[in-house]
Order: sequence, then C-alpha cells, then structure tokens
Amino acid sequence: MRRRDFINIAAVSAAGVGGVITLLPLISQMAPSADVLAESSTEIDISAIQPGQAIKAVFRKQPVFVRNLTPKEISEAEAVDVSSLRDPQTLKERTKAGKENWLITMGVCTHLGCVPLGAGEGEVKGEFGGYFCPCHGSVYDTAARIRKGPAPKNLQVPEYAFTTDTVVKIG
Amino acid sequence: MSFPWANEYKPSHPLMQWMDEKLPLPRFVYNAVGAGYPVPRNLNYAWNFGVLAGFCLALQIVTGVILAMHYAANTGVAFDSVEHIMRDVNWGWMLRYAHANGASAFFVVVYVHIFRGFFYGSYKAPREMIWLLGVVIFLLMMATAFMGYVLPWGQMSFWGAQVITGLFSAIPLVGDPLHTWLLGGFAPDNAALNRFFSLHFLLPFVIAGVVILHIWALHIPGSSNPTGVEVKQESDTVPFHPYYTAKDGFGLGVFLIGYCALLFFFPNALGHPDNYIPANPMQTPAHIVPEWYFWPFYAILRAFTQDFLFIPAKLMGVLAMFSAILVWFFLPWLDRSPVRSGHFRPTFRKFYYALIVDALVLGYCGGSPAEEPFVMISQIAAIYYFAHFLIILPIVSAIERPDPLPFSITEAVLGSDETAPAAA
Repeated sequence: MRRRDFINIAAVSAAGVGGVITLLPLISQMAPSADVLAESSTEIDISAIQPGQAIKAVFRKQPVFVRNLTPKEISEAEAVDVSSLRDPQTLKERTKAGKENWLITMGVCTHLGCVPLGAGEGEVKGEFGGYFCPCHGSVYDTAARIRKGPAPKNLQVPEYAFTTDTVVKIG
Repeated sequence: MSFPWANEYKPSHPLMQWMDEKLPLPRFVYNAVGAGYPVPRNLNYAWNFGVLAGFCLALQIVTGVILAMHYAANTGVAFDSVEHIMRDVNWGWMLRYAHANGASAFFVVVYVHIFRGFFYGSYKAPREMIWLLGVVIFLLMMATAFMGYVLPWGQMSFWGAQVITGLFSAIPLVGDPLHTWLLGGFAPDNAALNRFFSLHFLLPFVIAGVVILHIWALHIPGSSNPTGVEVKQESDTVPFHPYYTAKDGFGLGVFLIGYCALLFFFPNALGHPDNYIPANPMQTPAHIVPEWYFWPFYAILRAFTQDFLFIPAKLMGVLAMFSAILVWFFLPWLDRSPVRSGHFRPTFRKFYYALIVDALVLGYCGGSPAEEPFVMISQIAAIYYFAHFLIILPIVSAIERPDPLPFSITEAVLGSDETAPAAA
C-alpha cells in the first residue's frame, strides 16, 4: 500500500467515525430528559377505595387505574381459561401475593393509547366487567386482560410496591 | 434542458446585461417560467394544480412564520397563546384561519395534482423521478400537517399525537423505546410539543427544497400533456409566458374565490370542536378522527381487526397504512402500458374512476366511528385499493388495446399536422 493511500483511508475513516459519534448526542437528546424521568414514581393512598371502586391516578403523565376488586370479580377473573386469552396471564401474575384484590394497571389502551372507560363512577365497563376503550372498541376483563377488539396486549401492570398496607408506590 | 426552438434571453437594458454577466438569475427565471420555456400548447386546467400547490406552500410559509411570532410552544400556555392569536393579535384570527384552512386547501390541490398524474400517466418514463419526488413531498406534507395540528394543544391535538405516535409502538422489539424516544417522554407532553413545533417550522423549507428538485426534474423532459404524446416540433408548444402565466393566473383567481369563501364564511367547517377544549391527558374524546385529508389512510389503518399469521392486527394496520402511500413509489413500474394518457385507454379509464370512488369511500369510512358497517366497508375498500395498484394496473396494461394516438400535439389540437406522414 502506498503511503498516500494509507493516509487517505485513515483520514476518511477517522472523520467518518467522528461524524457517527457526533450523532450520538443529537439522537440521545430526544430521549426523556432528567426532569421527565424524575417524575417517574408516584405514591398513592388507597385507604379510601372500597371493594368495587377504582380511582384514576397519574403516573408519568399518564392515567393509572387502581381498582379494589370484589370477590365476585376475582372469581370471574380466575374462572377464565388462560390458554384461550390473546395475552395469557392469570390474575395472580398481575397482582401482588396476598393483595389479589388490588388490580393496578396503566389506564392506557394497548392499541393506540386512549384512556379506557370503567375506572370512573358510572362509566361503562364493557361486556367482561373490566374496562372498555371507546376509541376502537377494545374490551378488557376484571383482570384488565384484553378479551375483544384490536388491542394486542393486556393493560400494562406498572412496577409498584406496597410501602404500607394503604400506600402504593408506583414506578 | 429545453427544446432547441426556445426563445433566448436577450437583455436589452445595460443594467440587465450587467446583471446577466454577474449573476444570471433573470435568465434562469426567463428559462424556467418565462418566455424561454416552451410548454405543450394543449394543457388543460388539470395542469394548473402544480402552480396552485406552489402557491399554497408559499401561503402556508408566510402565514406560518407570522403565527410563530405569536405562538408559544409550551404545554402550559400553548392553548392560551392560540386563543391570544384569535382574540388579541391584530388580524390574528384571519391569519390563523388562513393557515388552518390553507392546509386543507393545500391537500385539495395536491390530491387533484396526484389524480391528474394517475389519469394522464404523468409518472411514466421519462418522468419517473418527478413522480418519486412528488411522493416524497406528499409524505413530508403529511408529517408537517400532523405536527402542525398538535400545536394548539387541544383535545384532538393531544389525542391525535397519542394515537399517531402510538403507531410506532406497533413495531416489533424496538417499538416501545422508539415511541418514548420520539415523544421524549411516556406520553405527549412538553418535550413532544416543542420538538413538533421545531420540526413543523423546519419541514416546509425541506418541502420547498424538494419542490425545487421536483421542478428541476420536470424541466428536463418538459411537461407532459393531455394526449400523452411527446412534443415533436415547435408547433406543439407555446412559451410558458404569457400563455401559461395567464392560464395559471386565471386558475389561481378561481382557487382564491373558493379558498376565501372557506376562510371567511366557514373557517371551522373542516375543524373539530373538540380541539377548542384544552388537552386533557386523563380523558379521551369519544370519537377521535384526524383531519379529513388523512381519512382514507386512517380507514386503512383501522381496517385490520384480526391477527394475521404471526403479525398482530395493530402492526398489520400500521404497515398497510404506510404501504398505501409507499406503493405509489412503484407505480411507474406497475403500469407498463406504453400509452400515457387515460384518454386513449378505455379499460384503464374505468378502473381509474373506480379508484376515485374507492378513495372517497375509504375517506368516508375513515371519518366515521370504528363500528359496523364502516369497518367491513373499509376492509373491502382497502383490499380494492391495493388490488388496483398491484393486480389491476399490471394486468390492464398488459391486455388492454388502446385507442389510436394522434400523430402529434399539433394534430390533436388543429385536426391535422402537415408534418405527419401521409395516410397515417
């Protein structure tokens, strides 16, 4: 190899690698910033939620549904043949051990992100008694699992932990 | 490039001669849209819409830059700043309505322009590159219009942003991180609004750049014409100025009457009342629809309700929606007929009109709620849409017997052409 060719290839390669590395901050700046990530955990007091009731809280600027299931709703959810589901999961897998009555999910339809109905007082819950998304007609059951309509997944269960019996920390 | 008989630019004034030596910009204009650009003499009013589209782009840039002087891209004040434009800024109401309805007018004009191309085979050789650049412009327009609609930060803005960015989450594996990256958060918020504003300001200038390439590519073979027969001789053409500057000027006047009627008498007819409610991330409007110009594509998105093999319904819908436009990139190679114009293609013509009806049906379904019978109709219309491009066009262009073509544009216009071979 001629010395001149070597210098040429080395220079262009170094400039190319440098150019690509320069793209990293330009791409990375689009990701959630520190203040957005700092809002990424929420504490919720659940002491006032009676069986059969639900509340909408805010987590990462999105609705999160906290629902106190009635024994009937729990048995309905457990009676379903899991293998028949689009996104097979049992109620136990979607709740914490010993706290099966607390169903905590994102209130964001897994289809295109609308807020399903069913958590507020008097809202329709759909034919499976869970949630119903009015945008494109997805129906969720009492474990917030997708049963009908275009959504591909069950309502997402965020990471959470019970800090006490009446306080839940999400995120 | 131009035809050899094109008028030559001859500046008579010394100042213009001086200018021509230093920077021949007047010469460029003369050769591009002046008396130095020969154009087929038989162009009908369907050929006005390119110039009208250029006018709309200029209109959107002028009104948009002014609106940006008064708008604030922050979720706390965006909605109020739009109301401030509507109520407090001098003539702000007019400028905002001009911009919002200008977007609709732009799409009307561009859809006519595209369907002109479909009918007259404008995408065929040697004009494929013009067509490909046109599809790129259309995609950029869609992105720009979508991001612009998010800026007022009303309910439709917010939920439109949520649903449309949600499309990206359908992509396997990288979908969710990509979605978060695009939004700069987990749901549309300040970061998303700011970047949409930045890009909404940038993209029209990118469009303007691609428009220049589009026109550059056009000026190499020159305009197509309603017969689809290429220019052969000087008698087939007239200079762009004054013939088509006058014709385009008249068309622009007619367009402006319609546009002003919309702007001054029905400024909200094409908008959604929900967008006058400030964005509320906790409450979805009962019926989310995009702006009318996205309806046909939205109908295709929603037509997929069943998983297909291993592909979830949601991903199928997204793929189909993007494919509905991407298929246009292949159009010059799907329609193999050597005859350009639909005037001389009796079978093609029938399917062309069927495609218009199909697009209108899809549009109607896309604007309706996602319930029967609209879902079923969308599914049938979406299948027909793809069949038109991928099955019907190749077959028709192979088996169709076209009508006889005129010898030249001159013969088509005057009934005879002395240069034509005798007893043709």
